[in-house]
Amino acid sequence: MDYPLKTEASMQLMLVTISIPVSITQMRKCLLITFCAFALTPAGQAEPSPGLPEQIAIIQAVGTEGMGNKEAAAAFQKLSHAEPSSLLPLLKAVEPSNAIARNWLRSAIEVIVERATTEGRPLPLDALRDFLNDREQSPEARRLAFELMLTIDRDTTEGMIPSFIDDPSNELRRDAVSQILVRAKKQLADSDEAAAQTYRQALDAARDVDQIQEIAKAFTEMGLEIDLQKHFGFLTNWKVVGPFHNLERAGFAERFAPEANLKLDATYTGKESEVTWQPLSTSDPYGKVDLNKPYGKLKEVTAYAYHEFDSGKTQEVELRLGCKNAWKLWLNGELVFGRDEYHRGQRIDQYKMPVTLQKGLNSILLKLCQNEQKQDWTVQWEFQLRVCDSTGTAVLATNRPAPNSSK
Amino acid sequence: MNTLITSTTTVILWILANAGASAEWHRFRGPEGNGYVPGNSELVTELGKPTTAWTAPLPGRGLGSAIIIGDKVFVSAASGPEQNKLLILCFSDRDGSELWRRSFWATGRTMCHKKTCVAAPAPTTDGKYLYVLWSSNDLVAVDLEGNLKWMRGLTLDYPNASNSLGMSSSPIIADNTLVAQVENDSESFAAGFDLQTGVNRWKIDRPKMANWTSPVTMQMDGKVIVALQSGKGVMGISPSTGSKLWNFSNGAATIPSGAAAGDTLIIPSRGITAVKPNPLGGEPVSLWNQKTQKPATASPLIMEDVIYFTNSAGVLTAADRNTGKRLWRIRMKGPFSGSPVACQNGHLYFFNEDGLGQVVNITGDIGEVVSEFDLGETILATPSISQNSLYIRSDQTLWKFSAKKE
Repeated sequence: MDYPLKTEASMQLMLVTISIPVSITQMRKCLLITFCAFALTPAGQAEPSPGLPEQIAIIQAVGTEGMGNKEAAAAFQKLSHAEPSSLLPLLKAVEPSNAIARNWLRSAIEVIVERATTEGRPLPLDALRDFLNDREQSPEARRLAFELMLTIDRDTTEGMIPSFIDDPSNELRRDAVSQILVRAKKQLADSDEAAAQTYRQALDAARDVDQIQEIAKAFTEMGLEIDLQKHFGFLTNWKVVGPFHNLERAGFAERFAPEANLKLDATYTGKESEVTWQPLSTSDPYGKVDLNKPYGKLKEVTAYAYHEFDSGKTQEVELRLGCKNAWKLWLNGELVFGRDEYHRGQRIDQYKMPVTLQKGLNSILLKLCQNEQKQDWTVQWEFQLRVCDSTGTAVLATNRPAPNSSK
Repeated sequence: MNTLITSTTTVILWILANAGASAEWHRFRGPEGNGYVPGNSELVTELGKPTTAWTAPLPGRGLGSAIIIGDKVFVSAASGPEQNKLLILCFSDRDGSELWRRSFWATGRTMCHKKTCVAAPAPTTDGKYLYVLWSSNDLVAVDLEGNLKWMRGLTLDYPNASNSLGMSSSPIIADNTLVAQVENDSESFAAGFDLQTGVNRWKIDRPKMANWTSPVTMQMDGKVIVALQSGKGVMGISPSTGSKLWNFSNGAATIPSGAAAGDTLIIPSRGITAVKPNPLGGEPVSLWNQKTQKPATASPLIMEDVIYFTNSAGVLTAADRNTGKRLWRIRMKGPFSGSPVACQNGHLYFFNEDGLGQVVNITGDIGEVVSEFDLGETILATPSISQNSLYIRSDQTLWKFSAKKE
């Protein structure tokens, strides 16, 4: 998937994992992949309903601000009467589709299944199983196939759950991890050693934050150490500079010197004095970097944090940020995204930004603005940033410091 | 003269339209968005097991009100560890059986405060289609059989339009336009959407500040207009164009919404304030203000000439709609997140956050709680009334209360 990063306009598509294809080239690509999906329909399946590729293509052409909705609704009406054998092409069409088209396809699938169930017509279980086992397909669509299979043959389908332990679908993987956690809890009654081993297996597989936190709690209770920073891929060593002003929240838009001229040995004119870059690291297990530590609990201020990430190869990753202050993020000098919201909450992976890392050093610059609010819940001036793939698996830099060096 | 005829016709049509809708519950806080629905005089005044017609389990969290059209009851929900699976559920009004459900993958952010949830806005309907908005800014229209009509991902279109605490404003329909407030600290806007295609009919910038209130319909010069409330005040707009008609700039609450009856708008502002649109534009005409009376999370209810609202201490106040003068007050068992509702049976219906249903008889000199029923689940939703029945939902359950049929 192509994620444009060059301009302010293209930046608008950044906070979703699937961009909306609006170009003719992208539409043609969708159509081509859809026709390929038909060509790949397993032998022995009933032929999908006629006109299906065209209707899918119409749906895939939906775009921003309601573009194509009218045509998609007409195509949907036809799709909703399609044969159950059409489910496989529809599921395969999910992967190359944009986020809105995916939902049109999902809804069509649900209507076809509902009609078939009402009429007592069988769903193509084997085709659904083959689709589920194809890890190149959309994780969300594979999960949908799994859920459909549960309605047909629950016992056999549930028996597949352990095989999802390394699945690219987080939802499928989550079920496998849940089963391991149940086992680990039972083992705790008899043997800490056996339970620890099982919890370790769960940790290796877990990608959802709540499951990882549950495992970390169990590790702590057993007196075992766990390197959550590494597991998540949090960036823990930064250089920071500030404070600059943020009077009346104007600092968010103002281009301070580090944005215009990033030099780690520079001296800048700050809010009240000359300021220079200084190192700041964190030992927080969830990678929270607290700017109140070097600067004190200031208000109406701005600071910058800088990190160099050495990537062993060119690769697509996600920068995942948690922050309750206004922020802007640049990768290799290009603005990825920015958000001027203050103190409405923070969590791990609050913002997921797909980017491409170049091989070698990548500069990550983060601007962090603190506002004027005085309430005790507005004291925080902090962030947590990690690098991972689209499943949440940590992507570690080749220059990542050893665990203890950040403490 | 022509203007007079047009205005009179508009009023008649509006009254007819609303009279027709009064047997059903089409949106947040009922047909006029003020918590009151005419008719329904046989609605039970005793909540309990004997009057529980049915309960239905819900597969996901939600606090948006139930919408009732004919023999169908609709609610939205969201499931999954991050509530990113969005649901529309349709139940049979007869027995609570699930008729169909539709699922959508959220395209916007689903982060919200743990008290609220992604399915916080109440859906709305024009009787033909159901329009559902989630806190992720996904906006969907389906027909009453669950066929998708259109979908918008408003965070895809406007990527900084979100609130990390969650959004809750419920969209409404006015003048063939779906009006939604997507207001927050960053990319804050209100928009009118074409009912048939979902494309923008208009989109206007709104104050950059968090806001959980819902748009309200009211009358102005015999026409239906929409009042958009925010921390800055209230702006009256034309629903079909989004053009500003008047502006109340004295500030307003960002959680409880206002309520209108005819051309009178009750605003949670500096206590509580009543205004009437100024036909010349600009600031509306101030009718009265009561600084000491302050609605908390729940929005006020207007029933004929009386306003009812609860404060943060759970005190229910009844006040004269025309003067703001307090008529009586009683202490209820709060706190309340959901707003009270009423019909033409002389009783008000409340559910507090602990799930305690309370029915208040208002036919005497002072309100009296005549029935309590503990649902045993957290209730943050506003109830709905239709066809002599009361509906309320939690994260897990949908209840229907009505008199037992002989």
